[in-house]
Amino acid sequence: MNMVNIKINNKDVKVAKGTSILNAAKEVGITIPNLCYHPDQEVKANCRVCVVEVEGARTLQASCATEVKEGMVIRTNTQKVRQSRKVVIELLLANHDMDCTSCKKNNQCDLQEIAANIGVRESRFENVLVKQEIDTSSSSIERNPNKCIRCGRCIQMCSEVQGLAILDYVGRGGSVDVKPAFGMYLNNAACVACGQCSVVCPVAAITEKEDIEQVWEAINNPNITVVVQTAPAVRVSLGEEFGLEPGKIVTGKLVASLRALGFDKIFDTDFTADLTIIEEGHELLKRLSDGGTLPMLTSCCPGWVNFIEQYYPELLPHLSSCKSPQQMFGALVKGYYAEKIGKKPKDVYSVSIMPCTAKKFEAKREEMSVDGENLDVDIVLTTRELAKMLRQAGVDFTILEEEEYDTPFGLSSGAGVIFGATGGVMEAALRTVYEVVTGKTLENLDFMAVRGLEGIKEAKVDLDGTIVKVAVAHSLSKAKQIMELIKEGKADYSFIEIMCCPGGCIGGGGQPFGGTDELRIKRTNAIYEADKGLPIRKSHENPAVSELYKEFLIEPLGEKSHHLLHTKYVNRKK
Amino acid sequence: MQVKEALDKYGRTPDKLIGAMLAYQKSTLCNYLTEDDIKEFAKETKLPVSRVYSIASFYSLLSTEERGENIVQVCYDVPCYINDSVNIVNELEKILEIKMGQTTKDGLFTIEYSSCLGCCDKAPAMQIGATLYGNLTPDKISSILSTYRRKKDE
Ligand code: SF4
Ligand code: SF4
Ligand code: SF4
Ligand code: FES
Repeated sequence: MNMVNIKINNKDVKVAKGTSILNAAKEVGITIPNLCYHPDQEVKANCRVCVVEVEGARTLQASCATEVKEGMVIRTNTQKVRQSRKVVIELLLANHDMDCTSCKKNNQCDLQEIAANIGVRESRFENVLVKQEIDTSSSSIERNPNKCIRCGRCIQMCSEVQGLAILDYVGRGGSVDVKPAFGMYLNNAACVACGQCSVVCPVAAITEKEDIEQVWEAINNPNITVVVQTAPAVRVSLGEEFGLEPGKIVTGKLVASLRALGFDKIFDTDFTADLTIIEEGHELLKRLSDGGTLPMLTSCCPGWVNFIEQYYPELLPHLSSCKSPQQMFGALVKGYYAEKIGKKPKDVYSVSIMPCTAKKFEAKREEMSVDGENLDVDIVLTTRELAKMLRQAGVDFTILEEEEYDTPFGLSSGAGVIFGATGGVMEAALRTVYEVVTGKTLENLDFMAVRGLEGIKEAKVDLDGTIVKVAVAHSLSKAKQIMELIKEGKADYSFIEIMCCPGGCIGGGGQPFGGTDELRIKRTNAIYEADKGLPIRKSHENPAVSELYKEFLIEPLGEKSHHLLHTKYVNRKK
Repeated sequence: MQVKEALDKYGRTPDKLIGAMLAYQKSTLCNYLTEDDIKEFAKETKLPVSRVYSIASFYSLLSTEERGENIVQVCYDVPCYINDSVNIVNELEKILEIKMGQTTKDGLFTIEYSSCLGCCDKAPAMQIGATLYGNLTPDKISSILSTYRRKKDE
């Protein structure tokens, strides 16, 4: 590697050519405050809080946007630098709703943290904020313009990664805002509710819609049985909220923490992930043998379903009719489990803990109710909201002893766990489809070709002579490419997995704030590690699933499945 | 002029968009771009609607809100400000009986701020359409406006 010699605060350092001053300083243990910078995004250099002194330069330099040069002499902590950072922060605060103590991101806000770290003690500028309406139109996310610092991170996320460009700068100068075109509310703006914008927002300008209070109420009502399900991706990210190392698997602690909060039954969405594989696998085989619409597209991600319904409704026949694991779970809770424990569906409250904001929307779809009266999933909480509940209750997550899920919906296979990462649904499906079709035991369970963070992945599988070609895509800009291929008749695949969020659900819009590719890789590794550690790694070998078919569902794609586990889609083109 | 015509003339690449939007807006006589216009520009140039809207909202020569026949733009930058552009603004608001950003009932004038007009030597300055007025004092405003009233009557 090409290295350059520089001096940071009188210390000689060697760093790779092309490194920004900001990252070079990080390498030697100096954190330069920054707001608009994001490691996975283009440099924007609009916040100016990262300034440093560079010898020979006339003015202070934005360290995120300045590459190191041979012989460069940099000072990150001079009086001039400190003063100037303070002014930048004070100016931002002068146009900011400063109700920190009641803010949704109190203690989790980059602006607050920087103000504290650099020692802002006064506001020399009068607050000029003109309060605007908070956009609460979406059932998934909330946009609070009074908190926005116009850094542009959400804009890049929504346009570059998701290819949607719902948000952009509007206006100029002091009155610029970041919002949808024509002053539209999010629910009218063809936003898919993925929440990716909220993950990268450094302040509380875009957050999940908070639904914690309803859950406390249900827990405190003695007449109600509160059942909770936990999505695969939550177990590899929740620890981050409590300072544990990213990529730590905290399944047992997660279960224990939910019990500590007072949930009555703690189940695992991985169980219905296994069930999804059985139903979806059989649907694929049926389409292959009956000449049904191919390629078949997975349907377990509501952000993606929102996308195809709004942007490519003409391709809806490709979408599997399977509900998502969350909704299969909800349907089983209200349409099977309630009766089993001698309760009315309305007396069983079903909560799900998801890495996802779009699932809040999905749970509220009117067709997601088996009796037409009660929602199958009453409330969806994100990973972040669960962490908030634990903090509210004073539960010390880090010292909890590991506990086990309840039966019967607590048992799952490794195939269910890997649903949390891009490629996981495909791999899980292949493990089952291969054995169902060939009657042989799959020797190597790891389909490496569909793993990892590459945008679009392909694989070929030999099912006893029939070659099946599959593809996997994550993020909606990549989904769009696949949709165009299908429209042009060039997608010669049988089965395609699509996840809305970069990295799949481990990178979901409800995961801890501040997600980066570096974190996504760690969480992904943890997901596959969790899979490897389980005694059962194929969905069709999950004994609880077999039991459910024997006792209740009878057969895949049968009448009961049709009613409880499958759904229809709507053309919602805007 | 149609949106398509403007784009045929200027080209459909992003760098040509502003020129095309200005020409089109001028031809409409109502001095602004409607929601449908912006959507059509976006579709034709294959740019996101939010981007085209963002551009239209950024430049003071373009508008996303209905404006009058004559756009009176007073410079809001420092040299004009320290040369008492405030008095010009007050006078305009008094004569036209509207506030900055508003349009007169007869649809003849819209008054708004603009960024630097590039004639700081003649501060305070304003422009109406493409005509520049410098070295302004409040007593000059009334006669300037009446030339536009007269033009309308002719
Ligand atoms: S939720 Fe997703 S689609 Fe909606 S604005 Fe945010 S990033 Fe864009
Ligand atoms: S909403 Fe958040 S991410 Fe978007 S510009 Fe405002 S502060 Fe930045
Ligand atoms: S990828 Fe996962 S977290 Fe993201 S929208 Fe889809 S289901 Fe939700
Ligand atoms: S982080 Fe460098 S300018 Fe914003």
